[in-house]
Amino acid sequence: MSGHLHRDDFGSRLGMWLFLVTEMVLFGGLFIAYSYMRYRYPGEFHHGGSELNVTLGVINTVVLLTSSLTVVLAIVAVQRAEKRRAMTFLGTTLVLGLTFLVIKSFEWGAKFHHGLYPNSPHLATLPPGEQVFFGLYFTMTGLHGLHVVAGLSVLGVMLWWVATDRIRQDRYIHLENGGLYWHLVDVIWIFLLPLFYLAA
Amino acid sequence: MSTQASTAQPSYLVDTGTRKGLMAWLTTTDHKRIGLLYLYAMLTFFFVAVGIGFVMRLVQLTTFQHLITARTYNALFTVHGVIMIFLFVVPGIPAVFGNFFLPILIGAKDVSFPRLNLLSWYVFMAGAIFAVLSLFTGGGAPDTGWTFYAPFSLKTGTNVSLAVFAAFVLGFSSMLTGINFITTIHRLRAPGMKWFRMPLMCWALYSTAWIQLLATPIVAITLVLVILERFFGIGIFDPAKGGDPLLYQHLFWIYSHPAVYIMILPAMGVITEIIPTFAKRPIFGYKAIAFSSMSIAGVGSLVWAHHMFTSGLSSLSVMLFSLLTMIVAVPSAIKVFNWVSTLYKGSIDFQPPLLFALTFIFLFCIGGLTGVMQGALAINVHIHDTYFIVGHFHYVMFGGTGMALFAGLLYWFPKMWGRMYSRKAIYASWFPMFIGFNMLYFGMMILGMMGMPRRYYVHLPQFHFMHVVATVGSWFLVLGLLMFFGTLIYAMFKGEKAEDNPWGGVTLEWTIPSPPPQENFEEIPTITQGPYHFVQQEGKS
Repeated sequence: MSGHLHRDDFGSRLGMWLFLVTEMVLFGGLFIAYSYMRYRYPGEFHHGGSELNVTLGVINTVVLLTSSLTVVLAIVAVQRAEKRRAMTFLGTTLVLGLTFLVIKSFEWGAKFHHGLYPNSPHLATLPPGEQVFFGLYFTMTGLHGLHVVAGLSVLGVMLWWVATDRIRQDRYIHLENGGLYWHLVDVIWIFLLPLFYLAA
Repeated sequence: MSTQASTAQPSYLVDTGTRKGLMAWLTTTDHKRIGLLYLYAMLTFFFVAVGIGFVMRLVQLTTFQHLITARTYNALFTVHGVIMIFLFVVPGIPAVFGNFFLPILIGAKDVSFPRLNLLSWYVFMAGAIFAVLSLFTGGGAPDTGWTFYAPFSLKTGTNVSLAVFAAFVLGFSSMLTGINFITTIHRLRAPGMKWFRMPLMCWALYSTAWIQLLATPIVAITLVLVILERFFGIGIFDPAKGGDPLLYQHLFWIYSHPAVYIMILPAMGVITEIIPTFAKRPIFGYKAIAFSSMSIAGVGSLVWAHHMFTSGLSSLSVMLFSLLTMIVAVPSAIKVFNWVSTLYKGSIDFQPPLLFALTFIFLFCIGGLTGVMQGALAINVHIHDTYFIVGHFHYVMFGGTGMALFAGLLYWFPKMWGRMYSRKAIYASWFPMFIGFNMLYFGMMILGMMGMPRRYYVHLPQFHFMHVVATVGSWFLVLGLLMFFGTLIYAMFKGEKAEDNPWGGVTLEWTIPSPPPQENFEEIPTITQGPYHFVQQEGKS
């Protein structure tokens, strides 16, 4: 049954883009919920946004954007057959992605510490709009966090494949697709930052 | 008739790899085998859900309920809906005939991502297993109806979380199939197979795949929100926390209405293949049918709120959605007129697939026209949440998609298994099926007009007569189904050997042997003309 082996890099890339479309629509559902709720509770969203740590949010944005840059550099390095350099760049990406998660967990930890988590007794005393704000905050950043974890796992495999020469100068479509996924994670974060942190 | 095409390759049904038997099937990346894996799994689920529907009808046979409790009844209609929608009708035709025939129809050896294709099947089976598990674990089978409306779905103690997760997983399978089909159609068409030379089934699958891609993620995230709500109380749909249950309905129907077109578009594609073959005429209005598929996909995505007319939407949005609902009937009607025009002055060869295709047109017209009725606001308010709705969507889902699936099975059976069924037995099964179908579902529509609400465990005495009619209809229907599938299963093993082209079809699947060889074609064909050129074929033979 190995007769189907044929290579179509354009097709693979098309398939990946279609998959990214589904991811965007997935978050799109949450963005619809966000815009409706924000329209309904403008004041509460403003107040909720002021509880978030803008500095950490911006630092995380810089971290994530830089990690996208290093993925691109890794692809360029593979195209030039510079294996060691590609591995360094991919490794940097992984470290930056992990940094993002660590900073994020500090932020979540602080919120939990202040009693701001879904179903908490403290949150129940706040006005309904703020409860929804934090419900959306945890859902959307949480889902984004899961995508970061997924992206890191994919890029981890890519690093392994570069090391074992499954990805090389004449065959790097998987790395390109992995990179595309990582950029998507990045793009979604760029929308989350203003919607939550800069809402105040 | 064409001569047996010679080929060096063994049939796809023969194991040639290192693995044999069941293992060879479970690890296959052959699109034809994956299509059959889907078929066998789906028909099993179909019969489970038929059984549940049968029991529900028995409950309504008496005004005193002896058979089951009200709670169980709620679970039964939920499970019937979940299985039929998510495990049978939505994946149905694309997963079976799409997988089996899409690559053959465009002259390819397989889909673009064969391994992803197999993965989709496993994801589908995982979702199916979760759905079945949700019936027996946790707080018991979900009792929300297949729509999982908030806030009840957030509060009920039954096992909604697992059922919803199952639907999420099944949606994932559907999306992966959509990605695969779009890429396949873009990349793997044979040389000369231009967009407007594709058989119309491919157009139907193409537009379906786009809906799968663009609508499914919305329901996925909505179902995730239900789960999060149940476990963590995030409050987005919970009015006590400032959330809005109406938002759930919107998000749910943003997917689930287009899902109706995921169900019906491929069915229309099957009918569009069958009609020209038995009318021996090129399809009337090729481009009109192709574009109507795409416009159904487009407009059909903008009509979802017609499920919510009585939920307190603003009158402006209600009117807009009413208008859009009426508009979406236009491309469907275009197809119906084109099918009928194709038959006109054709030299009709009346065979079982054509009988079921015509049955499709008849039942779909009833289902479609009653749908337009419901788009009208005044009528909608009157019949909302009554048996009329139940009757209507069974005409579309079962009379439409179900009948098209049966028609497709009959049409492609000799190609898929290389054997022929008894035509007389199929005709014999048609009568009870058709009579029972109309007694059951037309009876339901009359009940709805009289005021019988859906999902009720008991009914008032004045509804009793029509309930008896409907229940007796369900017996005929089940009898017909058993005869139909009995005939096909017998033919699968004992049927006569089929010719390569028993119907005189002219699309690519009829140019290869029955059953098809492993790689479909000895040599990828070069296409020089559009599909459905019957005149030239007669000239050749």
